[in-house]
Amino acid sequence: MAGALVKVQARARRGEVIDITAMVAHPMETGFRTGENGQILPRNIVQLFVCRYDGVEVFRAEFHPAITANPYIAFTTVATRTGTLEFRWIDDRGAEVIERAALIVE
Amino acid sequence: MTNDSAAQTGRRHSLRLMLAGVAGLAAGARAPARATPSEMQAAIAAFSRGAMPQSGSLRLVVPELVENGNSVPVSVMVDSPMTERDHVRRIALFSEKNPQPQVVVFHLGPRSGRADVSTRIRLADSQRLVAIAELTDGRFVQTSVEVIVTLAACIEN
Repeated sequence: MAGALVKVQARARRGEVIDITAMVAHPMETGFRTGENGQILPRNIVQLFVCRYDGVEVFRAEFHPAITANPYIAFTTVATRTGTLEFRWIDDRGAEVIERAALIVE
Repeated sequence: MTNDSAAQTGRRHSLRLMLAGVAGLAAGARAPARATPSEMQAAIAAFSRGAMPQSGSLRLVVPELVENGNSVPVSVMVDSPMTERDHVRRIALFSEKNPQPQVVVFHLGPRSGRADVSTRIRLADSQRLVAIAELTDGRFVQTSVEVIVTLAACIEN
């Protein structure tokens, strides 16, 4: 897995519901396709996405092969206090991508 | 003359048979695994732990006509106060005709603020999509949308 792209506003008012979008570069190989030699290409998808806010999980998504390559996800969270949002993707082979964003809450 | 045409017909017939055989082989080899509506029902029952989902206050937004099944934007929204006592716990999407009925499961909570999630999915065919939400009171609510796909997601290559 390579790059991740996360969009979160830099500042928010306390209690504000903020929008978050997150995407990671990944082929999301379904396990249903055949390669050039006729063999099934082994499944390798991002199976889990977790967002933590100051260490506490606030959102999680379990993906199946029906999710597109470079999985995109949009969700919301309540701005509670100034802190760090951590985004983690884990694929079938155990590869992880971690991205962080700082949020200032006023 | 008669013999000739009979032989010709015979050749044509066997050619047709051969072609049919080749087509059949190709179809057999390339037929993708497909979930069925009953498999989708089984997947839904596993998600809802056997509970019957009621129709409820959730919206599933998908373009009615999809040009490219490889990337279909999907949004699910549930009308919920998202408080500690009354919120959406999980939202799942199910497909009737993809190779597998399960698409995605979102886990939410009071810290979500709103029950409003979006992603992009693959659709192998025109079909019915189902969204189900699990609420804190133990109820499951569902809605569904019919989607027409003109170019299916490539399952094989």
